[in-house]
Amino acid sequence: MRLSQAWTVARHDMQLLRQRRGILVGLVAFPVGIGVGFPALIQFLLLPRGGPDPATWAPMFIDAFAFWFVIGAASLPTSIASYSIVGEKVSKSLEPLLATPTTDGEILLGKTLAALVPTLLAMSVGATLFQVLIDLETVGPFGYLYYPNWQMAVELFIAMPLVALTAVEASVVISSRVTDTRSAQQYAGVILVPMIFVYVAAEIVLTLTAINLLYISAAFGLLALLLFWVSVNAFRREEILTRWK
Amino acid sequence: MIQVEGLTKRFGDVLAVDHVSFDVKEGEVFGFLGPNGAGKTTTVRMLAGLISKTEGRAEVAGCEVGKEADALRLRRQIGVLPENLGLYESSNAIQNLEYFGQLQRMDNVTLRRNIERLLRVMDLWEKRDIPVETFSKGMRQKLAIARALLHDPIVLFLDEPTASLDPEAAKMVRDTILGLRAEKRTIFLNTHNLDEAQRVCDRVGILRTRLLTVGTPRELESKLFGRRTVVRLERVTEQLANAVRTRLGSRRVEIRGNELSVEVEDPDRENPEIADALTTAGGRILGLSQSEASLEDVYLKLVQEGGPGA
Repeated sequence: MRLSQAWTVARHDMQLLRQRRGILVGLVAFPVGIGVGFPALIQFLLLPRGGPDPATWAPMFIDAFAFWFVIGAASLPTSIASYSIVGEKVSKSLEPLLATPTTDGEILLGKTLAALVPTLLAMSVGATLFQVLIDLETVGPFGYLYYPNWQMAVELFIAMPLVALTAVEASVVISSRVTDTRSAQQYAGVILVPMIFVYVAAEIVLTLTAINLLYISAAFGLLALLLFWVSVNAFRREEILTRWK
Repeated sequence: MIQVEGLTKRFGDVLAVDHVSFDVKEGEVFGFLGPNGAGKTTTVRMLAGLISKTEGRAEVAGCEVGKEADALRLRRQIGVLPENLGLYESSNAIQNLEYFGQLQRMDNVTLRRNIERLLRVMDLWEKRDIPVETFSKGMRQKLAIARALLHDPIVLFLDEPTASLDPEAAKMVRDTILGLRAEKRTIFLNTHNLDEAQRVCDRVGILRTRLLTVGTPRELESKLFGRRTVVRLERVTEQLANAVRTRLGSRRVEIRGNELSVEVEDPDRENPEIADALTTAGGRILGLSQSEASLEDVYLKLVQEGGPGA
């Protein structure tokens, strides 16, 4: 496996991504929206309510909002990966690509990186904005800086990459079976179901502590491994040229 | 340059290519003719290492097809123009070529030099910065050929390079192939355009799952139909036909209206003999012409009847 070859594929796909305005808008709007929108919600709707000490109830909201970065990491790469693979399938550009001295694994890794890198960069920028704004808002009422904390570290550095990787691998598998990017995105949206389940559970029975997030990440890590195995088998040149629809 | 022995491909129960054997010499343009579904694209894909073979052995530019250790080397030695061009529509010509040059691990200086040379040869240099989606079909085809040639491959596989092109664009592409032939490139050309095969190929193979025959277009025409001299006479009689038979030995001589059709091996030597035999026997010749079967006749005969022996 030559990383430079995979990076060439990734760079090219990211260059094509720059020409797709719809995806770019989502890539910027979603993380910035939640990075600025949720702190604004806390600042203007929740904090001025008066009543009990915000340090007792506000962290619950902040943690729930912060989990949206993990949800975003599951959602954004599916559209990029779908375009990256189904787009090539539709334009029939996979055959000339497969005729170059590049292995299937290098192409798959390149396409995975092309979906992961912009997603993680965008979500990291959004998460940084979120943390800074939350700290500015809450340092007074709390009397301490809420961020950085272990919980966010686990979300940013473990949960987000693993969830994004799971979403990309799921997109690869789905892309091998569908013929248009819209269907690929719709089917890949299934990956959001467990995320929403976790989110709802967090509101009712589960606290999103660093440890619980590690467990959730481990579950997604296993799922990513399983999907990686399936996607490697789906992304074989013979399969692509003879069986992909 | 290409040696193929008993190459076979099955997709489940479907036999796509059946024990095909042939070879292509260095600098030769070898045409693969056959109807749709004959196995031409499957053969190219096997030879280019894109799909596996079920049986048989093939070697391309010194690389054994299907051998894992040779796979990347093989794809560096060959250029492939697939039937579906697969260009990146929103990118321009240079971006399309740059990407493939980088995947071929070409150094920047050679890559830039080859891109400029090929785009100039293909008459696309002036359009280099324009997105490919605005190109005509002929321009796209030429850009895809440039992409296949970018890394100076030893062997070039062209799969239906003029399919779906208008006559002008098809001529443009055929001229490009003739230019490559002049450069002594080894070219494997898949086509069902018989005229194209006749014009650009040194040898052709006719495939219908099995390889029905291989030879130069001229060899195939002679092998299957022979060459004929047609003599138009004022009046044809059996006596005149017999005079020709006697002079040339027991050749096939047929009477068709006021014409005699005579099978010949060497027209330059035998035509004066025919004319002399006819005039000696009292015939009055109005005209004499050479009739040769076309590659199309050969193709149709083989494909419809299923083999060279038929």
